[in-house]
Amino acid sequence: MAKRIDVSGLTAYYSAHKAIEDISMTVEPRSVTAFIGPSGCGKSTFLRTLNRMHEVTPGGRVEGKVMLDDENLYGSNVDPVAVRRTVGMVFQRPNPFPTMSIFDNVAAGLRLNGSYKKNQLADVVEKSLRGANLWNEVKDRLNKPGSGLSGGQQQRLCIARAIAVEPEVLLMDEPCSALDPISTLAIEDLIGELKERFTIVIVTHNMQQAARVSDRTAFFNLAAVGQPGRLIEIDETERIFANPSVQATEDYISGRFG
Amino acid sequence: MASTTPIDSPPPTQAPPVATEKSTSTGRAGDKIFLALSRGSGILLLAIMASIAGFLAYRSAIAISADEGNFLTTFDWDPAGDPPVFGIAVLLFGTVVSSVIAMVIAVPIAVGIALFISHYAPRRLAAPLAYVVDLLAAVPSIIYGIWGALFLVPYLEGLNLWLDEFFAWTYLFEKTEVGVARSLFTVGILLAIMILPIVTSVSREVFLQVPRMNEEAALALGATRWEVIRMSVLPFGRSGVISASMLGLGRALGETMAVATVLSPSFVISFHLLNPGGGTFAQNIAAKFDEANELGRDALIASGLVLFILTLLVNGAARLIIARRKEYSGANA
Ligand SMILES: Nc1ncnc2c1ncn2[C@@H]1O[C@H](COP(=O)(O)OP(=O)(O)OP(=O)(O)O)[C@@H](O)[C@H]1O
Ligand SMILES: [Mg+2]
Repeated sequence: MAKRIDVSGLTAYYSAHKAIEDISMTVEPRSVTAFIGPSGCGKSTFLRTLNRMHEVTPGGRVEGKVMLDDENLYGSNVDPVAVRRTVGMVFQRPNPFPTMSIFDNVAAGLRLNGSYKKNQLADVVEKSLRGANLWNEVKDRLNKPGSGLSGGQQQRLCIARAIAVEPEVLLMDEPCSALDPISTLAIEDLIGELKERFTIVIVTHNMQQAARVSDRTAFFNLAAVGQPGRLIEIDETERIFANPSVQATEDYISGRFG
Repeated sequence: MASTTPIDSPPPTQAPPVATEKSTSTGRAGDKIFLALSRGSGILLLAIMASIAGFLAYRSAIAISADEGNFLTTFDWDPAGDPPVFGIAVLLFGTVVSSVIAMVIAVPIAVGIALFISHYAPRRLAAPLAYVVDLLAAVPSIIYGIWGALFLVPYLEGLNLWLDEFFAWTYLFEKTEVGVARSLFTVGILLAIMILPIVTSVSREVFLQVPRMNEEAALALGATRWEVIRMSVLPFGRSGVISASMLGLGRALGETMAVATVLSPSFVISFHLLNPGGGTFAQNIAAKFDEANELGRDALIASGLVLFILTLLVNGAARLIIARRKEYSGANA
């Protein structure tokens, strides 16, 4: 299931504005990689280049290579729709389909793929909701709209929706920033479980969260306002937090800037 | 009652005037004048509404009590006859049928254009296209009527023959009377063109308001553009499209000049939509009002009242539909 991501020389633009420049990194399968860095340094932009969501923004443009095992996501004959079916995404604000029931929300991706058997659908929905630690809370109201859940439940519903299609990679952009500490812990536990099956990349502003959930941490920064964001360093999370090799990383983590 | 009194008029001891004498008095005077003005215009408006309603109801009552036929079921309009006989059955039928035809044609096309403008067309094309559609709304309805009578009617002849040949089995499209296409079907097509701009532009605005994150939810699952529209845009826009359609329907129900110019009126009800004939409330009033006698005018007023009630019912139904979908409307997202 899980695949390795290998990025090399990736640069992304919003029209003429270069948001990130020349990023290269490797993300191992079945691991959690955290992206940290000050606001505006391009973490979200970079994350969205990994499932070709960057180009849906008007003016969005990408240069460079993203290899998923041995397929270049930006190859000339690659369909971005197919990429997004293998690289799932969870957003900062929970965004369940408001008109759909809880069940339909989870089933939405499967119905898109068209690759399911009618009688399996209920099984997959249950399995995904269990996987997202939401099953017990919603099993009696699967036909109620997803927008009727609490924020934390909605976010877990979005995670269930993303993992229902068994993606190779799961990208999460500050998935807990709109949630209370209890929901946050629930999702962090969930990430720990999900990494058994998926390759996970998570953007977070919460240092403790990065330290708790991730195996490796990447620090991004801007040289100056208006300059494109760059990858400063990526290493084992323990090393980044205990003994980073770049001074800027240490300053950022210890709260001396950013 | 007693418990509300303190709120209505607090005891003077609790509200001593703190501000200076001068500013208080001018402020009070301004407040008083404004209050009197707004209260007065509110009352005036209600009085005008009440007098219109009273007038309509009174004159309608006169007409209906003088009617020797059944006002609801008579297929005739002869208030000048002896005895006077008239009924709205044909008008109700014609109004509803031509408006339904207009809706069936216009709403899907309008939604399609609105989706194209909001989600498919490159920006260079979208803006001019939206402008052209809006321009259609600026054409006066009498121009539509003349265009309909001189252009649409002869050109629809071919379509009518074709429909009759291949779809006569549907009964609706069987043409049993010869004659030019001055039929309810033609009126429906013309009305469809006339309501297209309003339905399109309101739908377009709604589709443009779909939150980015709703669309990205679908995109990130690997939805194609059409699937994004089906999963995110249309569900979000549904109640807006219903409102847009109701605006269009309101216009179609009340359209007068265009219908009067195109239709060759007759007091028959026929589900053969291609046959010339039929009538609508507004068209009948426009055609008969000038030469009608006292009772004739009252009869027309009574028919206008029915049209008014019909419009109210349609609007109420639309509101019900929208309210019933509230839970799923996305307001909570
Ligand atoms: N839709 C957009 N159009 C134009 N520029 C954008 C757009 N989105 C982001 N940018 C710019 O790209 C740069 C990187 O933004 P990005 O959202 O990736 O930062 P981030 O690291 O995720 O910040 P945060 O931590 O606040 O979420 C910023 O300079 C931002 O202004
Ligand atoms: Mg961000």
